[in-house]
Amino acid sequence: MTTAARPLRLSVWRGVFYALMALGIVLTYIRFTQGLGAVSNMSDRYPWGLWIGFDLLCGVGLAAGGFVVTAAVYIFDLERFKPIVRPAILTAFLGYLLVCLALVFDLGRPWNIWHPLIMWNPQSVMFEVAWCVMLYSTVLTLEFSGMVFERLGWTKLVRYQHALTFPLVIVGVVLSTLHQSSLGTVYLIVPGKLHALWYTPLLPVIFFVSAVTVGLAMVIVESRLSSRALGRQLEMPLLSSVGHILSGLLILLVGLRFFDFWNCGQLATLFDFSYESRLALLELGPLLILPMFLLASPRVRNNTRWLYGAALLVVAGFIVNRLNVAITAFESATGGHYVPSFAEVGITLFIVALGFGAFTLAAKHLPVYPDEEKEEASSAVVTPPTAHAEAPNQRRRIAIPTS
Amino acid sequence: MSKRPMAILFDMTVCAGCNACVEACREGHGFSDGKDEIHELAADAYCSLNEKEDYSYRNLCRHCIAPSCASVCPVGALEKRPEGPVSYDAGKCMGCRYCVTACPFSIPRYEWDNPIPAVRKCDMCWDHVEQGGIPRCAEACRYDATLFGPRDEMLAEAWSRIEEDPDEYYAHVYGEHEVGGTSVLFLTPFPLEELGFQKRLGNESLPRLTWDVLDKIPGFAVTAAAGLMALGWIIRRRDEVGELEARIRTDRVTANSKEVRHDDRR
Repeated sequence: MTTAARPLRLSVWRGVFYALMALGIVLTYIRFTQGLGAVSNMSDRYPWGLWIGFDLLCGVGLAAGGFVVTAAVYIFDLERFKPIVRPAILTAFLGYLLVCLALVFDLGRPWNIWHPLIMWNPQSVMFEVAWCVMLYSTVLTLEFSGMVFERLGWTKLVRYQHALTFPLVIVGVVLSTLHQSSLGTVYLIVPGKLHALWYTPLLPVIFFVSAVTVGLAMVIVESRLSSRALGRQLEMPLLSSVGHILSGLLILLVGLRFFDFWNCGQLATLFDFSYESRLALLELGPLLILPMFLLASPRVRNNTRWLYGAALLVVAGFIVNRLNVAITAFESATGGHYVPSFAEVGITLFIVALGFGAFTLAAKHLPVYPDEEKEEASSAVVTPPTAHAEAPNQRRRIAIPTS
Repeated sequence: MSKRPMAILFDMTVCAGCNACVEACREGHGFSDGKDEIHELAADAYCSLNEKEDYSYRNLCRHCIAPSCASVCPVGALEKRPEGPVSYDAGKCMGCRYCVTACPFSIPRYEWDNPIPAVRKCDMCWDHVEQGGIPRCAEACRYDATLFGPRDEMLAEAWSRIEEDPDEYYAHVYGEHEVGGTSVLFLTPFPLEELGFQKRLGNESLPRLTWDVLDKIPGFAVTAAAGLMALGWIIRRRDEVGELEARIRTDRVTANSKEVRHDDRR
């Protein structure tokens, strides 16, 4: 990467960013003054469109890295993954913020978004989803706050935050498990509408396992992106071992998917090359089985580009899966096709751009990649020494008797 | 005012297609904009009338006994009333449209062009029924095609009509058992797929499908939290003990070597 090419590319992306911001503001105005119909192709046949299929289902899934990595480090004590914890928490935190933002666009009456707090219907999966979003967003805010406190040099709060880490991780893992799986449970009530290739009692399990895989894939993708945008990244051996775990999880997911097709008697449907079957095969073949084989090879895992490529395939496969469940699977029962409108895509890009912007800002100004931060201690930002100290991050060892 | 569960019975074989039910419905709900023929449900059309082979049939909310819409509503805006109607409270609704997605009969309509949108569907004229009255469509019907009464009586009426004239009827009461039973029952001269009572739906109530999973959540959450805490503690302790032992071993080795040196000096 030459230094001359960099500012140019950055300014192009900056231009794209501002264009999307302007577009987003205009579309937001139309959305809230004229109603959902004015901006979206949603209808009574397709009451859920791109915003639910992509912004919500994919957004929540792509944020799964947060709970997977914190569980690995704080529960399973895999200390070598510690450098990933902060980028993963940051992604999850921003991911959930963006999901909430997308909901403000998608909900017909977003000013009533707080109603599940006082109006309870425990029979409803959506009620559970709403509580999971609220509670896990709170957990992520608390987990994320540590970076802010450190940056501001508020040592006392940093200490409180660290004392809370373990219980927060436990609560976060439980809430995430519930939330990821319940997004699949949402669809269990429509056996008559969801195509048989995607309707299965195992939907909650499939949603959970695929979220864990995509959470890890996102760790790899993000590290690559932040290395290109900010010159910061994680060490290759670490990413390779993330790739190794990912390959194991992909084998599990492929096994689960095919067991489920067999169990539901859908193997023949899968290969009948209908519209649905082709989209299912896209999701399963090049975007699931291919990266599974790729990541099984150490040569792929140890090569920056190939590892990144394989992780991208996993992410793409995840997105296609969620869009298939949210949109494709409804088409045969409901009739017609749903294609998102320009404005739906525009608002989605607006939200994604906000996410990229926020991640860049946070990665630049907060101790997200701690090692790099140390090297940059000489930069304009002067942080008190405690901000860099790793001590509070490490768990306390018991005293070793000396004699 | 009885709390006996009520039901609407629609008999397609005697319906003359006069449209009186549609007109009464629209007028009663304040949708008198001149449109009188309704073939498709809409946010301002709670029931429709269509033709098939010289017969007319209605479409309206089935007011299921175990309604998917009410079960999926996160804030309880939709509610199954003991009298039979599934009612809707726009003041509670946050607009997630899960009800529109979940309804097995694709009944609820959304006000897509309203900046303050609501879900719209037949409410079985709940305001009337609550006072012991009857829905406007049944009131308007001159041919006994749309009847209203206690559900058990409506079922008995349906079966006696089938028995009296087996040639005229398809021997099935749509809504008697499907999805756990509905509070709108249909009699038809032939199997009518358009009503959406597909075989795939089965006779079990749909909310059970999600409830079977949701039911397990509190237990799961508590067990998982306790299990993970124990697991985390055990793994941590094991690592700490391992480290400790390793250190003690090295300490001992150094101590031993010191002793050896000590012996050497002797």
